[in-house]
Amino acid sequence: MVERRPLLTFTQHAVLIVGAAIFVFPIYLAFVASTHTGTEVNRGLPLLPGDQMQENYAIVLGEGLSTAGAPPIGLMLMNSTIMALAITLGKLAISLLSSFAIVYFKFPFRVLAFWTIFITLMLPVEVRILPTYEVVAQLGMLNSYAGLSIPLIASATATFLFRQFFMTVPDELTEAARIDGAGPMKFFRDILVPLSRTNIAALFVILFIYGWNQYLWPLLVTTDESYYTVVMGIQRLANSGDQLPQWNLIMATAILALLPPVIVIIVMQRLFVRGLVEVEK
Amino acid sequence: MRTKKVTFRHRWLPYALVAPQIVITLVFFIWPASQALYQSVLRQDAFGLRTEFVGLANFARLFADPLYLESFFTTVWFSALVAGSSMLVALVLAVMADRVIRQATTYRTLLIWPYAVAPAIAGVLWWFLFNPTIGILAYALEALGYDWNHYQDGTDAMTMIVIAAAWRQVAYNFLFFLAGLQAIPKSLTEAAAIDGAGPVKRFVTIQLPLLSPTVFFLIVVNVVYAFFETFGIVHATTAGGPGNDTVILVYKVWRDAFEGLNLGSSAAQSVILMAIVIALTAIQFRYIERRVEY
Amino acid sequence: MTFARTTTALATVLGLGAGPALAQTEIQFWHAMGGALGEKTEEIVAGFNESQDDFVVVPTYKGNYTENMTAAIAAFRAGEQPHIVQVFEVGTATMMSAEGAVKPVYEVMGDADIEWDADAYLPAVRSYYSTPEGQMLSLPFNSSTPVLWYNETLLNEAGIAEVPQTWDEMFAAAAALQEIGHDCAFSFGWQSWVMIENYLAWHDQPIGTMENGFAGLGTELVFDESESLTDLLQRIADAAQEGTFQYGGRRGDSLPLFTEGECAMWMNSSAYYAGISDQAEFEFGQAMLPVDTSAAEAPQNSIIGGATLWVLEGHEAEEYQGVAEFFDYMSRPDVQADWHQSTGYVPITTAAWELSQEQGFYEQEPGTDTAIKQLSLNEPTANSAGLRFGNFVQIRDIINEELEDLWAGNQSAEEALQSAAERGNALLREFEAANS
Repeated sequence: MVERRPLLTFTQHAVLIVGAAIFVFPIYLAFVASTHTGTEVNRGLPLLPGDQMQENYAIVLGEGLSTAGAPPIGLMLMNSTIMALAITLGKLAISLLSSFAIVYFKFPFRVLAFWTIFITLMLPVEVRILPTYEVVAQLGMLNSYAGLSIPLIASATATFLFRQFFMTVPDELTEAARIDGAGPMKFFRDILVPLSRTNIAALFVILFIYGWNQYLWPLLVTTDESYYTVVMGIQRLANSGDQLPQWNLIMATAILALLPPVIVIIVMQRLFVRGLVEVEK
Repeated sequence: MRTKKVTFRHRWLPYALVAPQIVITLVFFIWPASQALYQSVLRQDAFGLRTEFVGLANFARLFADPLYLESFFTTVWFSALVAGSSMLVALVLAVMADRVIRQATTYRTLLIWPYAVAPAIAGVLWWFLFNPTIGILAYALEALGYDWNHYQDGTDAMTMIVIAAAWRQVAYNFLFFLAGLQAIPKSLTEAAAIDGAGPVKRFVTIQLPLLSPTVFFLIVVNVVYAFFETFGIVHATTAGGPGNDTVILVYKVWRDAFEGLNLGSSAAQSVILMAIVIALTAIQFRYIERRVEY
Repeated sequence: MTFARTTTALATVLGLGAGPALAQTEIQFWHAMGGALGEKTEEIVAGFNESQDDFVVVPTYKGNYTENMTAAIAAFRAGEQPHIVQVFEVGTATMMSAEGAVKPVYEVMGDADIEWDADAYLPAVRSYYSTPEGQMLSLPFNSSTPVLWYNETLLNEAGIAEVPQTWDEMFAAAAALQEIGHDCAFSFGWQSWVMIENYLAWHDQPIGTMENGFAGLGTELVFDESESLTDLLQRIADAAQEGTFQYGGRRGDSLPLFTEGECAMWMNSSAYYAGISDQAEFEFGQAMLPVDTSAAEAPQNSIIGGATLWVLEGHEAEEYQGVAEFFDYMSRPDVQADWHQSTGYVPITTAAWELSQEQGFYEQEPGTDTAIKQLSLNEPTANSAGLRFGNFVQIRDIINEELEDLWAGNQSAEEALQSAAERGNALLREFEAANS
């Protein structure tokens, strides 16, 4: 800025620091809760970490809480990873291909294909949950990674964003490719996909978080513990019915469940922000 | 619907390219959606053993049901609160971060990550903090003389889910506001500063108008988020209570189907929700399309 | 053990599971027992699996009662149903009317190569889950009844020598507690069950017409016609404004209010025994529910809650043999007595009750027989045998909603009960239409 206003600068930093603190606060307390015994937490939450961290995390990582329908969390974390990656990669793949077709080809039924895909834009699975469940069951896909992930790939968000981006790619590139005698797939592979790098990265982050955070869908399609995901596991633990919730273990699970997507977003921050703002603006 | 001016020609390739997405869409979207349409005109017992065609009776009953209308109102109110509060907080933080250029990235890192936290987990976290017996915030509020009880008080319950929902969404809004602000040429604000305009005046006369597309975009995104993606928050915490005070539409669809086993009514609600989303999508679509063409 | 378990799970995931050496028949059992109760349930299942080689029961926790039931129904619609599903008592009417989906227990046991006597089960428990002809439809597994839990330490401090036996004494105790500066005298959970269904049975008043729904689908809710109930709920709502009653959630969410010493008394299931013993750091006990002397001189009997095991259609005959053997194992006196003593659920067979008496359990743990005494206080009348209403899961939600609005001071008890009955009756008519 051109002017100097020490008071203003101070206020800015203060607001930002307080803001950041407010955001970290719940997580900090969750962490604190995960380092005490259940009884201590139930008696009123201490503000400083306790000495039960190893014990609590050993329980959720090792034994799991079978009585809360939660297998060892390692397995749930793996399931979440598989589901999130399947959704992310699946969506990226099909939407790159279909938006390429829609933007770069003129073919009969193009408009029909476009609208068939786009009518799903943003319509979340929650809204048509029961019939979708029945379809998946009829296809014998309950309790499978396919059942967990494929129905969630049926959304047009990514296709839409790639379409928007492809529309901004200069026609000269296509012409040049054609003059060079490059076929459509070569153009797609060598020019279009590399150009979309930041968009792909941004979508990767968005979709990974979307996939990881799925809640209702895994709750329905899995009955076999070996397919449980960690986010649905949390609710299981928290609603232990007629028992007092074991907050220390719930919070340990929560911390472990939110770490992977948080790490992804922080590590890929730069690409994510650039891609996100480019594609959605 | 536009394509490129320069396109490729191929007899079967485009079909092969769209095929995977079309197949998935047909099987997991169009088919279930049409099932929902079909079920919305039926009455069926829980196990699906007896089925009866009832025409539009399910819809008629919904619109005659004061609780459904109340749920509509609750949802609109909830969405307005979530979108409003999360955007406002995000805007304030973004304006501050924009001014401290050097550390902007550090603050961004500190503020960005709640976006990665699942709504269900966010709900459980805040639920824990607000627990009337052991929650630290409930304890603090009591020390301030406020008797917090989200099990009994509808306003408390609504406040809690709004905070949980907005907490996560601030991060997302912040990113867009910050990017929007940073895209505004510094020369504009600096020129105004030289003319003697203070920071507040500069914000109102220059930055805010230039941010309006971002604001509009975020309103739609936040409303859609509050309408649909917050199911996990309600389900994992208030379960719609107390009374019907936090029964949002998506929660009601799920509850009537999976707890009430009233499939006809739930399907009718699905159909209504689909209509709402399609309308919202159309608005956003037109808006984005126009921006691209301009 | 831990390592083995993880490895097995991993192997299954990776498709490496070689399968058990013996061709055992798998029986899927979906239950809703979380926490300590879940551990105990799994222990029973493990006991059965070890006791024989032909079958292996696979227990799966599917969430709370409602979630478990609807998961099973959704699975049935999709042809993926488990063999056994645990359904809470209010789901009984829904399950009963699902002919073709449910295989009645008397049939399962009758078809199986096994000796079985329905009369071994306690009458108060059995009658809730039988046809009018006395044929048992589902197997009682965990049954409890609401009792009055009290914090003896607190009551003593307030100089209350005797545990309140009437509602007037409850309010007197509340006043005494407030005098020593202790606000919350009492709270309760599962309010429809405790404060409406059991209140009415306890005072021999009807919840609905047609023998509380036992006699047919045309039943109507009449709980709003009870003046004594209306008056009592109004008194409690007033107490909420004064702070002597504190509402703490729909199911067992208010348990911490009691175990943390915030509320001196708590009315809820006897099955909280395990949880309270774990958590409470004061002298506690259980007593019979208070009597409302304006409604009756002496109590009738309370009604059960809890859940039973239903068998679903669509499996092989051989698998039903396994189900029958598992049910038989569960009903054994030693298994039942152990379950009863460690959980606080009532023993479901007479033999298990007698075994617990012989073992001297009730002398060691005074008060633990409160529940069963309440249940067998008198021969059940049409008002106290239980209830059978369709859509009752939703009706309980409606009652929850209306009562919550009452506790918050948004409406009077009369309004709350009236609108709950009105909304509930609409659901009953819908159920009647969909099931006839």
